[in-house]
Amino acid sequence: MEKVIETRKLVKIYQMGDLAVHALRGIDLTVESGDFLAIMGSSGSGKSTLMNLLGCLDVPTSGDYYLNGKLISSLDKREYADIRNQQIGFIFQGFNLLARTSALENVELPLFYDRTGRIKNHRKAAIEALERVGLGERLDHEPNQLSGGQQQRVAIARALVNKPAIVLADEPTGNLDSRTSIEVISVLQYLNNQGITIILVTHEPDISNYAKRIVRIKDGLVLWDKQVESRRDAAADLAGLADEETEIEGTVPCCK
Amino acid sequence: MLQIKNLLRVAMRSILKNRMRSLLTSLGIIIGVSAVIVMVAVGSGSQAKIEQNISALGTNLIIVMPGSSRTGGVRGGAGSFNRFTFNDVEKLQKESTLLSGISPVVRSGGQIIGGTGNWNTSIYGVSTDYFTIRNWQLESGEFFTEKDIAGKRKVALIGKTIADELFADQDPVGQSIRIRNIPFTIIGVLKSKGQSGMGMDQDDVILAPSTTVLYRLKGTQYIDMINASAIDTEHMNAAQEEMRLILRESHRLDEGTDDDFSIANQAEITETVTATSKTMTLLLGAIAAVSLVVGGIGIMNIMLVSVTERTREIGIRLSIGARASDILVQFLSEAVVLSLSGGLIGIILSFATVYGLNHLTDIYAVINPEIIVISAMFSAVVGIFFGFYPARKASALNPIDALRYE
Repeated sequence: MEKVIETRKLVKIYQMGDLAVHALRGIDLTVESGDFLAIMGSSGSGKSTLMNLLGCLDVPTSGDYYLNGKLISSLDKREYADIRNQQIGFIFQGFNLLARTSALENVELPLFYDRTGRIKNHRKAAIEALERVGLGERLDHEPNQLSGGQQQRVAIARALVNKPAIVLADEPTGNLDSRTSIEVISVLQYLNNQGITIILVTHEPDISNYAKRIVRIKDGLVLWDKQVESRRDAAADLAGLADEETEIEGTVPCCK
Repeated sequence: MLQIKNLLRVAMRSILKNRMRSLLTSLGIIIGVSAVIVMVAVGSGSQAKIEQNISALGTNLIIVMPGSSRTGGVRGGAGSFNRFTFNDVEKLQKESTLLSGISPVVRSGGQIIGGTGNWNTSIYGVSTDYFTIRNWQLESGEFFTEKDIAGKRKVALIGKTIADELFADQDPVGQSIRIRNIPFTIIGVLKSKGQSGMGMDQDDVILAPSTTVLYRLKGTQYIDMINASAIDTEHMNAAQEEMRLILRESHRLDEGTDDDFSIANQAEITETVTATSKTMTLLLGAIAAVSLVVGGIGIMNIMLVSVTERTREIGIRLSIGARASDILVQFLSEAVVLSLSGGLIGIILSFATVYGLNHLTDIYAVINPEIIVISAMFSAVVGIFFGFYPARKASALNPIDALRYE
């Protein structure tokens, strides 16, 4: 399998006045194409810092980071911006959609900053992305007219619209109830089945069991790294829940 | 670079999302721009009026006044040494090349009797050129001719004021009038010129042939001044210099001696008067421009608030791949759109104000096309200048910090 992400001795030190906080103390991590990785750890373990580095939102203090085989820890800010735009999709805990802006326009936004001109028809690409996450009917809804699960699906569509190879999800289910969480995870599993590499940060063991592989971080180091033995299928779990409940709203077409 | 069209759309959207705030922000620019335009319009309006008044004095007018006398170190005032005669006028007529009209002016005055009563006024003895030099036109009757001048005929043209005072309800033309007890026949009434720039009634005057006034009314051989017209405005100064040289020769002045007369031309008079009103216009415009700068500071203030308020939005944009320069341009274009649209509204408002001033008040205002272009450009510059700092601040944000901002 092809390596999409490889880090060597990744170190991040935050300088807070006189105090140096060692958030990462040397992370060696390899992610292969098509993997579904869950990064786990308690708060302060450094998992969010790792996520920021992997997502090119921040630069490591030392160590090397290869993305798609290319060393990128030495690039400048502009090239970082372009990588975020073209090679990585982000999903956040707080959705981070633009308020008072329709779902369609939120999803179109990354295309606005794409200078390569790969995608000619922005509108069409955005509609396709929204259809992939099952929101083809709600193009003109603004975030405050959507439920939390729907907002997160808009965010996923936005992460997909530039056709990235990797999607990074930072606690995507943190603000959602368990049912909606499974819904969102099922979308991620669906995307993963289509070949997109997914890296998920979570502190919920339940959620991590939907991944293929779990990496546990503690005190800025990898504690353990293992394959999930009994991987759960979100679509199946959803169907199970549907049997229990009499009514289901907002079914996700991809998971039927 | 991102497409201008998209940038403007993004800027317009965020402006329209906060309509009330955007309007209040632009208000500073709206008031500033319209104040500059209206103030300058009022200034150039009064300037135009003054220029109009001065041009009513005559066409390319050059006035030659006698000089002052000097007797044993004691100098008399202007006109105390009067040496102009008809010879000077004739010599000018013969030798000048840059003058289109020359007229002697013999000033006299006194009580006149005729029609329904009497009146005290000024009598000017002039040549036929005087009418064109001084822009006189006829209300009725006709001008006197060279023949009248040669024959020292006792004919007179009366101004509107005199016609009104003495011949309120009859036609003055053909009537007789006694000037200092000498009977004159009225052959014409002059069209009204109204008040002069200095507030004098220009219509309270009688014009008669120069010879008649000089020999019959005054009994001297010296004329009081010479009026002339240059052939065109460009040759005013050359014509003035030419007159000076001819008159010096005529007066047999040696090289090195001062002129025994003084020459002023209309351009100089106009310049002096309009210089004052130009200064006023400049002053008014400058004061108004201050309000434009204050308006710009208002934009900066709101843009700074907006950057803080939208930190999260900036974080989102950065995280999905916006470059710092994209954020800079976005906020900059927002500030420019705000100030430019304020400028446009200000221009429209100033047109309405000027229209109102011209139609509802006595103030005469003229909108200068240049000042519109200048103030529109200035408002854009204000937007760029005062928008740059907040935009710079926004673009310098770190994506992680911006995303965490609550």
